[in-house]
This record gives sequence, structure tokens and C-alpha cells, in this order.
Amino acid sequence: MNELILRTVTAVVTFMIILFGIQLFFAGHYYPGGGFIAGLVTAGAIILLLLAFDIKTVRSMIPISYRTLIGIGLLFALGTGLGGLLFDVPFLTHAHGHVMLPLLGDVSLHTAVLFDLGVYLVVVGVTMTIIETIGEDE
Amino acid sequence: MMVVFNVALTLLSLAVICFLYRVVKGPTVADRVIALDAIGICLAGIVAVLSIILETSVFLEIILLIGILAFLGTVAFAKFLQKGVVIERDGNH
Repeated sequence: MNELILRTVTAVVTFMIILFGIQLFFAGHYYPGGGFIAGLVTAGAIILLLLAFDIKTVRSMIPISYRTLIGIGLLFALGTGLGGLLFDVPFLTHAHGHVMLPLLGDVSLHTAVLFDLGVYLVVVGVTMTIIETIGEDE
Repeated sequence: MMVVFNVALTLLSLAVICFLYRVVKGPTVADRVIALDAIGICLAGIVAVLSIILETSVFLEIILLIGILAFLGTVAFAKFLQKGVVIERDGNH
């Protein structure tokens, strides 16, 4: 079965969807968005790859175990929570500040982004685990 | 000026109703899938007009999101109709 059109469109559209997901993730603090919807959009990009190709090909494209991703995301969330304890403040106290980075200049950074990254990884991991488990079922 | 946007909203709603008629009546499954895809795109237009009426730009992500989801859903359904499976395990057989 020739799927030339679908595969070509997928090659172009996947990058746009992933970029949209990254934009949603980083805009979450000031605009609508955040880790949850960004994770779902990124999972949508991978699902589009799964539709255009098959599970085996996508696994070789993205050699990530999605179950491990869930664990890493939970560790990120727990780690940002426990990080507050090191500075003698309650659990999940977040810190922020302005940092001078070499290329980007003055950047306002917040540890809530790391918590959001945990949410993002868990959402991607859970969604892809559900989809792949159902897809593999005979 | 607000009248224009309300007229546009009414026309888009009428278009959704017409597509809904095709979803209910459509003799084949393909008719229904195409009608649902068009309803999704009409919904994006409704969100756009609504965000003009409400004078806000926080709904603009929703428009892109509806476009992506409509495409994904239509591709998934088309694949199901053609091959019987949505996600193949191994493409070589």
C-alpha cells in the first residue's frame, strides 16, 4: 500500500505540532497552556507518526521507553518539591529569579517550570503507554 | 460592527446544522467522517469569531488545536475504514 501523501504530510506537520507543543509548554506561565496540554499535543504528534507508519518504525525513530518517562516525570515533580526543604522552607515552595545566560541574556527562571516539565513527561508517557498498549493488542 | 460578527456566527451555526444533517443522514461512513471534519473546522471559525466578539486573544491556541485534532481524527478514521486497523504493529507484512 502506497502511503506517499500521508507520509510526506506527516513529515512536515509533525514538526509544526511539536513546535506548537513546546510553545504551549513555555507560554504556560503567562498565557493559556502549560504542561498538561503541551504533553497531549506532543503525544498527538507521536500518534500522527504511529498513524502514518507502524509501531516498530516509530519505536526505532523515537527509542524512548514511555514507562521510564512516567518515572522521570514523577521524579522531576518530587525533586522540585523536595528542593524547597534544602533551603528550610515548606515542601513545594518554589523559587524564582533573574539569571544572566551566555547567549540569551537576562532570563527570568522559575522552578515551577521544572514541576511543569514533570507534568509534561508524565502526560506524554501515560498517553503513549495507553495508545501503544491498545495498538499492540491482537 | 458587532452585527457583522453576530451574522457571521449565525451563518457558521447554520453551516454546522447542515453538516449535522449530513452526519445523521449520510448513507456511507465516509460522508459522516467528512461532515465531522467540516464541523471541526466550522468550530474553529466559531471560536475565532467569538474571540473577536469577546475582544480577547487567549482563544487563538484553541483554533490551531482544533485544526490539529480534526486532522488527526480524520486520518485515524480514514485509516480504520481503509485497513481495518488504526495502528499497525509491523508495516512489512
